Amino acid sequence: MRRFFAILLLAALALAPGPSKADQADDAFAALASTSFDSVRGGVEQLSASGHPRAAAVIGALQSGKLYFRPDRALFIKQDDGGYLHALTAAAIADPGTVKPVRVNNGIRNAIDAALGAMRLFSPDTATRLTAAEAVFHAAEAGALPALNKAIAKESDPSVRLRMEQARAAAILSSADSGEADRIQAVSVLRTRADIDARGFLASLSGQPPAVADAIAVAITAIDRKAQLWSVAQSVYYGLSLGSVLLLAAAGLAITFGVMGVINMAHGEMVMIGAYTTFAVQQFMRAHTPGMYGASLLFAVPLAFMVSGTVGIVIERTLIRWLYGRPLETLLATWGLSLVLQQGVRTIFGANNKDVDTPSWMSGATQLGGLTLTWNRMYIILFSAIVLAALMAALRYTSLGLRMRAVTQNRRMAAAMGIRTPWIDALTFGLGSGVAGMAGVALSQIDNVSPNLGQSYIIDSFMVVVFGGVGNLWGTTLGALTLGITNKFLEPVAGAVMAKIVVLVLLILFIQRRPRGMFPLKGRAAES
Amino acid sequence: MKLDRTAGLTLGLTFGIPLTLALLNQTTDVSAALHVPTYVIALAGKYLCFAMLALAVDLVWGFAGILSLGHAAFFALGGYAMGMYLMRQIGSRGVYGNAMLPDFMVFLGWKELPWYWHGFEWFPFAMFMALLVPGLLAMGFGWLAFRSRVTGVYLSIITQALTYALLLAFFRNDMGFGGNNGMTDFKDILGFPVQADGTRSALLVISAAFLCAQYLVARSIVRSRFGKVLIAVRDTESRTRFLGYRPEAYKLVVWTLSAVMAGIGGALYVPQVGIINPSEFAPANSIEAVIWVAVGGRGTLTGAILGAVIVNFGKTWFTGALPNLWLYALGALFIFVTLFLPNGVMGLFAARAKKPAPELEAAE
Repeated sequence: MRRFFAILLLAALALAPGPSKADQADDAFAALASTSFDSVRGGVEQLSASGHPRAAAVIGALQSGKLYFRPDRALFIKQDDGGYLHALTAAAIADPGTVKPVRVNNGIRNAIDAALGAMRLFSPDTATRLTAAEAVFHAAEAGALPALNKAIAKESDPSVRLRMEQARAAAILSSADSGEADRIQAVSVLRTRADIDARGFLASLSGQPPAVADAIAVAITAIDRKAQLWSVAQSVYYGLSLGSVLLLAAAGLAITFGVMGVINMAHGEMVMIGAYTTFAVQQFMRAHTPGMYGASLLFAVPLAFMVSGTVGIVIERTLIRWLYGRPLETLLATWGLSLVLQQGVRTIFGANNKDVDTPSWMSGATQLGGLTLTWNRMYIILFSAIVLAALMAALRYTSLGLRMRAVTQNRRMAAAMGIRTPWIDALTFGLGSGVAGMAGVALSQIDNVSPNLGQSYIIDSFMVVVFGGVGNLWGTTLGALTLGITNKFLEPVAGAVMAKIVVLVLLILFIQRRPRGMFPLKGRAAES
Repeated sequence: MKLDRTAGLTLGLTFGIPLTLALLNQTTDVSAALHVPTYVIALAGKYLCFAMLALAVDLVWGFAGILSLGHAAFFALGGYAMGMYLMRQIGSRGVYGNAMLPDFMVFLGWKELPWYWHGFEWFPFAMFMALLVPGLLAMGFGWLAFRSRVTGVYLSIITQALTYALLLAFFRNDMGFGGNNGMTDFKDILGFPVQADGTRSALLVISAAFLCAQYLVARSIVRSRFGKVLIAVRDTESRTRFLGYRPEAYKLVVWTLSAVMAGIGGALYVPQVGIINPSEFAPANSIEAVIWVAVGGRGTLTGAILGAVIVNFGKTWFTGALPNLWLYALGALFIFVTLFLPNGVMGLFAARAKKPAPELEAAE
């Protein structure tokens, strides 16, 4: 009955503030000063309806456990410094005498949420209204209905309005006196909301009429199915993101290993050098051009390409060119080189992880339906697509690319046509290393920048290249994405480590079936 | 079997030096000038076990052309078999005093011993498993890989994937092998305390004996008809196949044998270093084993032993004296050996022994 009154009072507040406002507020304050949970709860609802200027402060104090009452039903708000305020007048009271805190239970907490929410529903600030609507939804208090109706009628922002309607649906379903048609209508509103909160709320409902219960069951199934679809989509997204990281790390390797047949175990260190270049660029820009700091990554990308590419060319000229035709020896020598490079970086920069900042435009996340898309992952997917496209264009449309392909297909014939194959080798190696350096810029955003950064990617990168088929960038792309997505789909089932093991074993088995990867080179080039 | 000078020297030194060290450690007083401290015994034992791994790598790489970047996996598996035996020997002397379960299982709240731990309290069974597990894994892996003619770099990469997968697997606590921490705190082996000087000396001599035996086995294999076919497979696999041999069968036999040899090395390694953990599976370890062989001289069995001892001695010295320079030195060694010493240290000896042979014109 009290609740009914509360609804009436709320409606009264919403429609026309009557002359009896002050009386209501007094009653509400009196009801709050009680040890009875029911009385306190009623007081909260009355108070929120009263529109009393101190209502929000008093309910807020109750929420944080700072509302005290004296046996004579006077209310006080305890201050952080230990003093008290009179709840109605906000006057400081040095010594209120014997006071007891107003105790709350879960029912009262819900009422508080709904009351505070209902009061904020009319805030001029859209964001406040939105959070208020959410709070009212979670509280699911029938008492909030009139305020909600009024707020919905006034609301102009469609997204806030939607949230309010959902809150109203929750309130209707919680209310004891809603009609069956209203309830079914409410269930369908919540069904379209289709998130975990809506599902939880629907599942928690009991004592509904049979028709409504049926509708709820159907809605829950529908929400579950939708959630399943979203989780599949989320796995695909995570997989794409992992795949694009693998692709970035492996794209350079696809050039050096795939096109040149050089096993560069120091490839991971080219990635690492790229990451450290990013670090160095950020240090420099922080010190000298702080205004452009947000764009530091844009400067780091070409620089990392150049630094790693130069290191790559130097390696090719001094080391690898002596080892052509001896792939296993190349492997060992470049492994040794990777140790030297790691230790070199450790000597220069120290063994600790370096902080590479994520620019503000890359941090945060966005919601797309049930998907959470983090911006840095989105940018990495985008970046790897751009790198891949640029690489393919370079191989296909530039004169260097043409020469590279010629040398790959038939070294001697290319030499006979006047192509300086040693230089092409050096530039190809530089290109592959430079791409690895750019990968390092991206990886610096999601991984620890440490001297061991490269090592953790080298095996995966080789797997990708071998899986995709040597000498084929499309194969590398498909290989990277397949491995990434497979990994992410296995993870929820098997756990992260087990998923990785399973992928490795599957790869080992796959190579037995297709020793040259998914897309082997056809023809004589493959016979080596 | 007739031994030439190299083989005689190898066997003599491989057995003689450790025996001398062990005797000096046992018979002389701590204050004596000739006394060999126990840590030297432990180090020497470690080197010999690494030499077994190197020998195993050399057998497949030097004579069958299979560059395994995952041989440390077989070594570690043998080590784990021994580790399981040693764990079971701890009995109720563990921190938790559980007679049945090793400490880490009690810690993880396991109620009973997993089925695959049964039998490991019995030494012969554990040693049999130290041979069987690496052997079976190698056989399965090799059967798949050689049958489908995965060769060269591709094979190297999947061997690395194999050891990487095992590394990840053994890191998991659920596997029941002690997870990240592995197994340690061993008390005794066959009733002898593992930490005691006498046990250590005995283990050193036993390791030396096993290394010599492995050397002899490997030597007789590579000098047999079987070995000649292997070398043919290494040099041109397709031509050997056209001559009517089945390279995959030859490779499989030697590959499996090599894994077993590595497993023995691992089993002897664990009681001497007193710990086994998943880091033994790290791909870097396998690659390091390859460089031991390359330093000593690929395709010369003596070189494998020599290389393992030289590089590991260098590692011990460097990490003690100049810890920051060790990785530079190791890296430079990789580069230097591949560029300038394709036949390793043994190649230097050979070049000194006889005037450089006229190089065969490499037919392209």
